[in-house]
Amino acid sequence: MSLCLEARQLACERDDRWLFQGLDLTIRSGEIVRIEGPNGSGKTTLLKILSGQLGDYQGELFWNGAAMKDAREHFLANLLYLGHAPGIKAGLTPLENLAWYQALSGKSNQDSDNEESRLDALANVGLAGFEDVPAGQLSAGQQRRVALARLTLTPRALWVLDEPFTAIDRYGVAALEQQLVAHAQSGGCVLVTTHHELTASPLLRRIALA
Amino acid sequence: MATSVGPLLEHNGGLMIAVRATLVRDLTLLLRRRGEVLNPLVFFALVITLFPIAISPDPELLATIAPGLLWVAALLAALLSLDSLFRSDYDDGSLEQLLLAPQPLAALSLAKVAVHWLLTGLPLALMAPLLGIMLALPAGSYAVLAVSLALGTASLSLIGAIGAALTVGLARGGVLLSLLVLPLYIPVLIFGAGAVQAAILGDGVSAHLAILGALLAAALMLAPWAIAASLRISING
Repeated sequence: MSLCLEARQLACERDDRWLFQGLDLTIRSGEIVRIEGPNGSGKTTLLKILSGQLGDYQGELFWNGAAMKDAREHFLANLLYLGHAPGIKAGLTPLENLAWYQALSGKSNQDSDNEESRLDALANVGLAGFEDVPAGQLSAGQQRRVALARLTLTPRALWVLDEPFTAIDRYGVAALEQQLVAHAQSGGCVLVTTHHELTASPLLRRIALA
Repeated sequence: MATSVGPLLEHNGGLMIAVRATLVRDLTLLLRRRGEVLNPLVFFALVITLFPIAISPDPELLATIAPGLLWVAALLAALLSLDSLFRSDYDDGSLEQLLLAPQPLAALSLAKVAVHWLLTGLPLALMAPLLGIMLALPAGSYAVLAVSLALGTASLSLIGAIGAALTVGLARGGVLLSLLVLPLYIPVLIFGAGAVQAAILGDGVSAHLAILGALLAAALMLAPWAIAASLRISING
């Protein structure tokens, strides 16, 4: 498999200020692309544009050679996006939260195999024993971990992660970094913003926003 | 933690699975926040209780205004509960995840609206005959009242969800939401209250109920697309 997300002459304006202009970008299988820049430089906006959430930009997006508006369904079926807000319901337990995401990925959440994989995904992020605690009672870092459990629960080729290391402890950060590298090595591709220093890796590419 | 990446997923079916999971999720969430579910019902009961006290306990007078009162109070109660429809999803980031789901957004938002109706419109409709007794509603119109409200509030939930989707990005969208949605509620109100009035006068109610049904059918056809488009606009802005 190979995938390719391409942006041509991307430009975005916010409050009479150009966040970026004439940005050409190609992201392929086996890459970890880190978007860098100071606060307010448009990292999140760029990620949202690249994941097809924003419409008010100039330029073109291509997914595997096809224009994004034609390939949107295929693109979304292969995208996993984690935003600033973890997307975790405080009133539901981690297990119930994951069940919804599993169902959105097309797998029945009634199946006992799939229930097993939810438990595994939670154990992977170090939340064994917290499966049935309402997510609202978990700490910010634990809630973030619930969201990160989706990385193993619903396999997708393209990961778009906005500040995934926020509120995660040192061991969690190391494990997540390994997971990103493993994903890229197995042919996936990661697009990430973070203020955390990523360990240098041949797969890592940096893109700086002014 | 080895993650294996399979081949690119060609398409993502499982629409029924996703719709069902969304139904279950929203039902679970709302049943755990009972206060929010009870709010419109308590409002409905309070308003109806105050009228006989404020106007007059005279049963004849009350009976003439009862259909309109019950319908207006139920409509406002339904309106009151709309703002929270997408609000918490917006705040915790699940709304952007919903928009990024490969399934059609219209179908998923229809599931959310269905839950809203099940826990707001339907209880209002079931409660209305009880409050009708308090307003000395003439016998024989109770069933029509419940049926007209059940049909009508479904349209109200669908139409209201468009407004809720448009205003979800605004910090204080409540007033704007009412202004947007109320004009669209008027046809439902006219035919809903008309049905109960007709039942009291002994006229045929089927015409009124048929029109309510037609309004609901139209709303079911069109509203999901409008809700999906409105959510996209709110998230983009």
